Amino acid sequence: MIKVGLFIPCYVDQLYPQVGMATLKVLEKFKVDVDYPLAQTCCGQPMANAGCTAEAAPLAEKFYRIFKDYPYVVCPSGSCTSMVRNHYEEYLKGRPGFEELKKKTFELCEFLTEVLKVEKIEGHFPYKIGLHQSCHGLRELRLANSSERMIPPFNKIKPLLASLEGISFAELSRPDECCGFGGTFAISEEAISCMMGKDRIADHENAGTEVLTGVDMSCLMHLEGLLRRAGKSIRVMHIAEILQGVL
Amino acid sequence: MSHPDKAAQFIRDEAKAHWHDRALWYVRAKRDRVAQGVPEWETLREIAAQIKAHTLSKLPDYLEMFEGNAKRLGAQVHWASNAAEHNEIVYGILKSHGVRRLVKSKSMLTEECHLNPFLEARGLEVVDTDLGERIVQLAKEPPSHIVLPAIHKRKEEIGELFHRHLHTEQGASDPAYLTEAARGHLRGKFLKADAGLTGVNFAIAETGGLVVCTNEGNADMGTSLPPLHIACMGFEKLIPRAQDLGVFLRLLARSATGQPITTYTSHFHGPRAGGELHIVIVDNGRSQILQREEFRRALFCIRCGACMNTCPVFRRSGGHSYESTVPGPIGSILSPARDPRKYWSLPHASSLCGSCTDVCPVKIDLHHQLLAWRKELARLRLLPLSKRMAMNIGGWVLRYTWAYEWSGRLARWAIPKLPRVILYGRWNVWGRQRELPPFPKESFREMYKQKVGSRR
Amino acid sequence: MNRKQAILNVLKKSSLPDTPLPDLQGLGVCYEDPERQFAEALKGVGGHFFRVRDLNALNRELKGLKVYQNAQKIVSLIPGVGEPNVNLDLVEDPHDLKDLDVAILKGEFAVAENGAVWVTDRQLRHRVICFIPQHLILVVDAHQLVHNMHQAYERLTFTEPGYGVFISGPSKTADIEQALVIGAHGPRSSTVCFIG
Repeated sequence: MIKVGLFIPCYVDQLYPQVGMATLKVLEKFKVDVDYPLAQTCCGQPMANAGCTAEAAPLAEKFYRIFKDYPYVVCPSGSCTSMVRNHYEEYLKGRPGFEELKKKTFELCEFLTEVLKVEKIEGHFPYKIGLHQSCHGLRELRLANSSERMIPPFNKIKPLLASLEGISFAELSRPDECCGFGGTFAISEEAISCMMGKDRIADHENAGTEVLTGVDMSCLMHLEGLLRRAGKSIRVMHIAEILQGVL
Repeated sequence: MSHPDKAAQFIRDEAKAHWHDRALWYVRAKRDRVAQGVPEWETLREIAAQIKAHTLSKLPDYLEMFEGNAKRLGAQVHWASNAAEHNEIVYGILKSHGVRRLVKSKSMLTEECHLNPFLEARGLEVVDTDLGERIVQLAKEPPSHIVLPAIHKRKEEIGELFHRHLHTEQGASDPAYLTEAARGHLRGKFLKADAGLTGVNFAIAETGGLVVCTNEGNADMGTSLPPLHIACMGFEKLIPRAQDLGVFLRLLARSATGQPITTYTSHFHGPRAGGELHIVIVDNGRSQILQREEFRRALFCIRCGACMNTCPVFRRSGGHSYESTVPGPIGSILSPARDPRKYWSLPHASSLCGSCTDVCPVKIDLHHQLLAWRKELARLRLLPLSKRMAMNIGGWVLRYTWAYEWSGRLARWAIPKLPRVILYGRWNVWGRQRELPPFPKESFREMYKQKVGSRR
Repeated sequence: MNRKQAILNVLKKSSLPDTPLPDLQGLGVCYEDPERQFAEALKGVGGHFFRVRDLNALNRELKGLKVYQNAQKIVSLIPGVGEPNVNLDLVEDPHDLKDLDVAILKGEFAVAENGAVWVTDRQLRHRVICFIPQHLILVVDAHQLVHNMHQAYERLTFTEPGYGVFISGPSKTADIEQALVIGAHGPRSSTVCFIG
C-alpha cells in the first residue's frame, strides 16, 4: 500500500477544512495509506514571496524535518507544491534527502495521474465546469501546457474530470489568464487584483460556467469572495471536493 | 507615488482600463497566432537565449571586435559610461556639424538618458518620427509602452492633439485621416532635418554593422536624407554573427506585434557615401546588472514588449503606472537596478503568474527575477513597514505549531462574532470588493484528529 | 584612462560561465511551394504580387497598375522596364526626390517565409529612393527565392561598406488605437514582381 504524508496548506487547514477532508478521502478511496503529520503549519510561501527569506527559512526547515521521510508527499495546492519543488533550494540545498523530497512531493492531480496512474474516475457530475488554471500549477509545475508556449497540448487535471459522466467544460476566451490573487498582491495591489478577478468571472459567466474549480484554493477563495460580494450564483469547488463527491 | 496608487487611479476609469486591457490582449493574441505558424518556435527561443548568454560571457572581446569592424567600414565609435556622457557626446557631434534640426526614430536608450530635453535646452529642434512617439511628444508625455508608445491614447484624444498641433479638422478621429496628416507633417521634418538619430536593434560584432527594424520607414527616411547619422545603443544589443540575425529577426516582430517581420529591416555597414555614421555605445548601469548572477539574463532583452502585452497587471494599469522608461515586467527588473529606492514597488506589481517568462523570445526568467528583486528589496530594508511587520509576526506564529493552532482557533472564534460594519471597515482591504472566506468552527486538523481518534 | 577602457575594465570584472555559441544548422522551414508562400506572406502584410515571364509581360502588367497609370514622376532602375521620366543618376540632392510617385527597383532576392525582398544601395545613387516614393515596385528574378531567413543570411556577406534592407510590404503603422493604416512615412504601396 502506498504511504503518503498529507501536506495541507495553512489557509486550507484553517478556512477550508472540507477541502482537506476531501483530499484525504480521495486518496483513501484509491487505497492510499494517508498520514497527516500534525506538526505542520505552512510552507513559508507568503514570506518568501514578499522577499522575506529570513522568515521563510525556519518554515522550510520545519517542512523538511516533518516530511522528508515519507515515501510521497501530496498537497491539494499547486503553489504550495511549487514552493517545495522550485523554491526551497536556497534554504535546503545539500541537505540529506532534499533532492528526493523535491521529487516525491506532488500536487494532488499530478499524484493521481502520474503515480497512481488514474485514467478514469467513475462518477456522475452533470454540470458545466469552468476550470481555472492556477498559475503556479500551470507555469511552475507544468500541470498543463500554458497558452504562451508552442508545444503539443497536454493536461494533468482535465482528464480526471473529463471522465465524469455528464460533465462539460466551459470554453473561456482567455484560458489561462491569472485570477489576480497572487498572495499579498491581493492586498497591496487591491484594485488590480479585483479587476483581474472580476474579468475572470465575466469570462466564466459568458462561457456558461456553473461550477468554477481548480487546484488552488487561494485563487478560488479570491474568486469566490468576488462572486459572493456580487451576489452571483456560480458555485466554487476545489477539485478535490468534486472528485470526493463522485467517488 | 507607488505603482499601486497610480494603478488604482488608472482603474478608476473602468471603461478605459478595460479598453486598454483588450487592446493589448489583442496584440498578445496576434503573437500567439503567428508563433503557432513557426514549428521550431520553442527551439528558436532556446537558441536565442544561448546566443545572448554566449555574447554576454565574452562581451569585452565582442565589443572590441565590433568597434574594430565598424571603424574599418568608416564609422566613428564613441563610448559613454552613463546617461550624462551619452548626452554630451551626442550634443557634441550635433554641435560640431552645426545641426539645428534633428529627427529621431525609436530609441528607448535615448529615453532612458533623457536626451530630448537635454538637446532642446541647448536650442535644438528634436522631432520623434515614430508616429506613436510623435503623439506622446506632442502630448508632452513619456511613452507608455516600448513598442506601442501611445497605446494608452484613444483616437479622439489623438484627434484633439493633432487638431491643436497639425491643424487637422476638429473632432476628426479616423486613424487613416490622422496618419495621413502625420505623414505630411513628418515628411516635412525629414526633408528639413540636418541629422538623423536612430536606436539599434542589433549590432553585429563580426561585421561592424547595425540593424534597425521599423514598420513606418522613419529610421530610413531620417538617415537617407540628412548626411549625418547617429546610432545609439546599449552594449547588450551586440550579437556575434550576421547569421544570428536569422534567429532574432524571426522572433522579434512576431513577439512584438504578431508580424513575421517588420516592414523595413535596415542593415547599416559604415556611413553613406559623402555622409558620416557615429555609433555611441552606452553602459549606464548595464555593467552593474551584468555582475549580478540573478539579474544578468535581463540583458538578453531585445525590447519586443511581449512581456508587457501578456502581463495582466500591465494591461490593467497602463505603462505610466510604472513611472519608468521601460515599464512592465522587464522594466520592473531594470529600473530597480538603477534606483531601488524610487522603484521599490515595481517588483511587487506582479502576481508572479509567469506568463511573461513563457512569452519572452529570449527566455529571460522574468518572474523569477521579480521574486529575486523582492528579496533584494527586503535586504535593503525597502519594504513598507506594514508588510515587514506582518511577515515578521506571521513568520514567528507559523514557526511554532502551538502558536499557529491557537491563532487559528482565536481567529475562527472571533471573526464570525464581529458585526459586519466593523469587520468590513476601512482597515479591511480584502473586504473592499470581496467577501471574506467563511471562518469555520473546526479546522482540518481538528476534524482529522477526531476522525483518527474515532477510528482507534 | 579613456571611456572605452573604463567600460571594458568594468565588464572584464564579471566572470561569466562559458557558454558555447550554438550551431544554427537545421533551422528554418522549407516550403513545398515557396513562391506561393511568398505571395501569401506578402499579401498578408498588405503588399501586391505578380509573376511574369519576360520584360514585355512586365511592362504590360505595369501599364495595368493604377499607381503606375496615375504616376507623374517615375524612376526605373531596371533597363527596359517602365517609362521613367526621372534619371536618378542626374539627381544631385536626394531631397529633390520628394515628389516622386513611383520607383521601380531591383530586388536582389526574396524570402518566402515573410514576403521580404533584399534591396541594396550598391547601384543606387540615393538610397532614399526605397522610401521616399509614394509607391514602390520591386522586380526580382524568380529563381532568386530562398525559403527562410537562415537561408537569406547564408547568401549575404557584409565585408564592404554599404546599406541593405529587407522590405516586406508597404510602410504602415497601428499606433492609433491598433488600427492598421497602410502608408506611414514610406511608400503607400509595395508591389513585388517575380520575373523569369
